[in-house]
Amino acid sequence: MNISWYIVLSALLFTIGAIGILVRRSPMVILLCLELMLNAGNLALVAFSREVGNAQGQVFALVVMVVAACEVVVGLGLIVAIFRRKLPLDVDDLRSLRG
Amino acid sequence: MEGVIFFIAAIGAVVGAIGVVAARNPFYSVLALIAHLFSLAVLFLLLTSAFVAAAQVVVYAGAVMVLYVFVVAYVGDAAEAKWDPVPGQRLFAGLLAFFLFVEISAAILSSGLKALSTHGPSVPAGFGDPAAIGNLLLEKFLVPFEASSLLLLIAAVGAIVLANRKPREAQSGSIGGRPVSTAGNGSDSGDAATSAGHSAPEARPAGVAASPPPQTSPLGAPK
Repeated sequence: MNISWYIVLSALLFTIGAIGILVRRSPMVILLCLELMLNAGNLALVAFSREVGNAQGQVFALVVMVVAACEVVVGLGLIVAIFRRKLPLDVDDLRSLRG
Repeated sequence: MEGVIFFIAAIGAVVGAIGVVAARNPFYSVLALIAHLFSLAVLFLLLTSAFVAAAQVVVYAGAVMVLYVFVVAYVGDAAEAKWDPVPGQRLFAGLLAFFLFVEISAAILSSGLKALSTHGPSVPAGFGDPAAIGNLLLEKFLVPFEASSLLLLIAAVGAIVLANRKPREAQSGSIGGRPVSTAGNGSDSGDAATSAGHSAPEARPAGVAASPPPQTSPLGAPK
């Protein structure tokens, strides 16, 4: 398979994640769609790494994975904190910082 | 053969991604994301990056998704009641996403990269296996490696602080805590009483109501 197939697939997955972030309203699902976009970036990184024939892009993908894990941990902590304050889990209602 | 595996994995990845976006229940979204991650790991294997595929399965589908499942089970499936409060939001989102896809694809495919329409150069046998990645991580990219470990530590501590903080100021602090702290000399015992009833937020008014016998006047004044 050509590398361009992987790149176009990565663009498609990135677009689906962007649709999810634009459309969905639950912060948890928005975090999941963010994961989709990060994974699409990972796929592009690994595909370019294969195209160049150099494994450094895979190290980049691993670092992206670490950053995504950190983002998930902090985001889920925020969601748990929002839930324990009995605020609505809806990004349309959570529009002010000091509500 | 490789094309068949690619298309199967690509269809799995796209279906999983659509399932994440379209499922109403967040639990099903998490399950669809796990399927998507497995398909993506197959794609990584096709790109001869074995270690990234293994890390994808073990770290993402194993650890991070378990965290998601726990949080979904804790929060519950908070139903998205209204689907479309902004009129035409889905239409505009679809349009924007379509143009984004066209733009990214056109930008990459017209970039003039020679090797984009090939399968890539032939690589040695150990390309992308744990030994190669480990050599890169511990020799060439040692500083980013340590920085990412520090980032993980900071994120873990931050998540514990965020999720473990008692919601004191939000719900009952303005009712019980504020008048006790402004009550002058009785503030110490008042704080002790509130911290004694701190474990359950419902027990707070009972603790405050039980404390008046030693100090009836400072607590009776704000009420």
